[in-house]
Amino acid sequence: MAESDVFVPKPSLPPPSGSVGVAGWMRANLFAGPFNTALTLVALWLLVSGLVPLFDWAVLRGHFSGGDAQACRSGGACWLFVGERFRFFIYGFYPAGQVWRVNIVLAVTAAAIGALAWPRTPGKRFLVPAAIVGVPALTLALMHGGVFGLPVVATDQWSGLTLTLVLSVVGIVMALPFGIVLALGRRSKMMAVRTLCILFIEVWRGVPLISVLFMASVMLPLFLPEGVQFSKVLRAMIGIVMFESAYMAEVVRGGLQAIPRGQFEAAAALGLGYWRTMGLVVLPQALKLVIPGIVNTFIALFKDTTLVLIIGLFDVLATVHATIVDPAWPAIAIEGYLFAALVFWVFCFGMSRYSQALERKLHTGHKRN
Amino acid sequence: MQPTRTIKPWNDPKIRALVFQAAVIAAVLWLAVTLFRNTLLNMEHRNIQTGFGFLGQTAGFGILFSLIPYDESYSYGRTFFVGLLNTVLVSGLGIVTATLLGFLAGISRLSRNWLVARLAEVYVEIFRNVPLLLQIFFWYFAVLQTLPAPRRSLNFHDLVFLSKRGLYVPAPVFGPGMEWVGLALLAALIAVWRLSRWETRRREATGQIFPFWRVAAALAIGAPGLVFLLAGAPMTWSVPALRGFNFAGGGVLLPELVALWFALTVYTGTFIAEIVRSGIQAVSHGQTEAAAALGLKRGQIIRLVVLPQALRVIIPPLTSQYLNLAKNSSLATAIGYPDLVNVFMGTTLNQTGQAVEVVAMTMSVYLTISLVISLAMNGYNKRVALKER
Repeated sequence: MAESDVFVPKPSLPPPSGSVGVAGWMRANLFAGPFNTALTLVALWLLVSGLVPLFDWAVLRGHFSGGDAQACRSGGACWLFVGERFRFFIYGFYPAGQVWRVNIVLAVTAAAIGALAWPRTPGKRFLVPAAIVGVPALTLALMHGGVFGLPVVATDQWSGLTLTLVLSVVGIVMALPFGIVLALGRRSKMMAVRTLCILFIEVWRGVPLISVLFMASVMLPLFLPEGVQFSKVLRAMIGIVMFESAYMAEVVRGGLQAIPRGQFEAAAALGLGYWRTMGLVVLPQALKLVIPGIVNTFIALFKDTTLVLIIGLFDVLATVHATIVDPAWPAIAIEGYLFAALVFWVFCFGMSRYSQALERKLHTGHKRN
Repeated sequence: MQPTRTIKPWNDPKIRALVFQAAVIAAVLWLAVTLFRNTLLNMEHRNIQTGFGFLGQTAGFGILFSLIPYDESYSYGRTFFVGLLNTVLVSGLGIVTATLLGFLAGISRLSRNWLVARLAEVYVEIFRNVPLLLQIFFWYFAVLQTLPAPRRSLNFHDLVFLSKRGLYVPAPVFGPGMEWVGLALLAALIAVWRLSRWETRRREATGQIFPFWRVAAALAIGAPGLVFLLAGAPMTWSVPALRGFNFAGGGVLLPELVALWFALTVYTGTFIAEIVRSGIQAVSHGQTEAAAALGLKRGQIIRLVVLPQALRVIIPPLTSQYLNLAKNSSLATAIGYPDLVNVFMGTTLNQTGQAVEVVAMTMSVYLTISLVISLAMNGYNKRVALKER
């Protein structure tokens, strides 16, 4: 066969130059039609008129170093107070000589969270209960002191970012189990248990957290027997845990409702009792379904801890606020709140991204049944 | 011989359930009784009165801002209503603006314009992840408190002025005859409601489409407008003007109210944006394509096919966001806006010391609101739920 008999297709033409590359992308996504072009121009104008002065104020004219407030007299953002007051924001009024105790607690907590968050940590079955029991116990022992010959640091002195983290970690660790129990109770066949759980959940979900905290701070002392006193931090913690566990219960209930009946029946046919049905068959599937909801509740809890400043506790927002009203540092309100916002944003955004990744990983096709 | 199967009583699920429930009830009762006795004992030791008699006593403290007549000589019971109305005011304002902002941002996130979609995404991701209290502080202490004094306030066309003292806006002054305009508006709204029911029935029976929105808008605007003109335009505007060190005339929105309103709008708007986005995305693409294949126009596709299905997904979480906004408005107390928590649970509680009664009253207000709304929501859900065979 001769060479010329073989059909050789002509190479295909390149796409029109206006539809590929940067120009094509811009035409498709920014300038498709007159309305779209107008939108782009308006958005660009908004961006430029907002970002340019902000950049000028925060970076070009910003003050990043220097001795004291005098260095900030020339206008522009005054960032150096963040460095000056950094220890105060983190540790608050915790005695300076004892700060190493806080550091150990923070390091251990971070390590535990990291180990639990990383998918391939060995021995998670034992790590989870160990962390849930161990971390709060270690926190209490080290931060409060009174054991191993450590001097006692009263909870009034727990403040700054440390207090925020303690409140939220304890809240998260406690709210999840309480929430699971409440959700199981709400779906129980026993009338009395179900009614009590519904009452508890609906009452706490119906009122604002601030009123729960007020209640914990002014009413709780009245409930206790003579001579028993809870510290302010403990009272706030009780309020937060009760409030958030009601929200957690509703999230978990959503997961329980999504489990098909066949799973319960199959477990019963295998001869499993109630607790083993729930623990081995239903809850592992249900919790997996509602991971986004659980993490959203964690994020809400983390943001809600700022409310404790209203009942007089000194969390990270309160330390920033105190610095702002400090006459030694004039006109740093915007910078101070931006710094506090950045701290919260980093934690919350990190949690939400982690939950999205986890959701994608656990998405094993069970969801659309 | 017939094998008899007897279950040991401690293995009978019915008996076990009964015993367990009895134990739970007993434990809860014991807890309640103990707490009650402790409380009575503690209150006796601290000389705290009980009962609701304090509501009739003179309050003796002033309130920054009130929608109903109030001064120091009114009773504690009156402070409750002043606070309640202020809570309702800021929640209502916040719900309207947060809905507008949220729908705008949620639809923008789905825009085919890349820049607009990214801007909306940045807005949502930033403001959703920063605590509301921090945002309230920011707008109040960092923005509004650093504004100039009234004499050098920011001037918008000599109509609206923004200064440290608050936002001064023109206020309408109603003359005699305005009540007829209000009545006309009410009548027009009732007519629109009847019209919508008639329109739905006719469309379902015959398939004919009636230009409902145009007629409804003409009715709702035209009828009161006509009465307004017939009555001789009985309304003038009172514009704020600088007199000495402060403004006279017009209406004023306190800086506390402005900061709280703004923060609630921006914060809740992010959550509403996410709800709207997921609601619209939940409508499958096949629906839009099928509607286009039937020859519906773009506006009709959105109004008749996408929106009714998206709203079914959007409305329940939207309501719970409204509830959250109403509950979050209690953060007013941090910047001193006189809402229910600030006035009643703050000042009144401090002055009377009757923690149990005051906390119970305040909580029951919020509880009532949320129970009523969730009942209404359940009813709505039942009505719009997919009717499947």
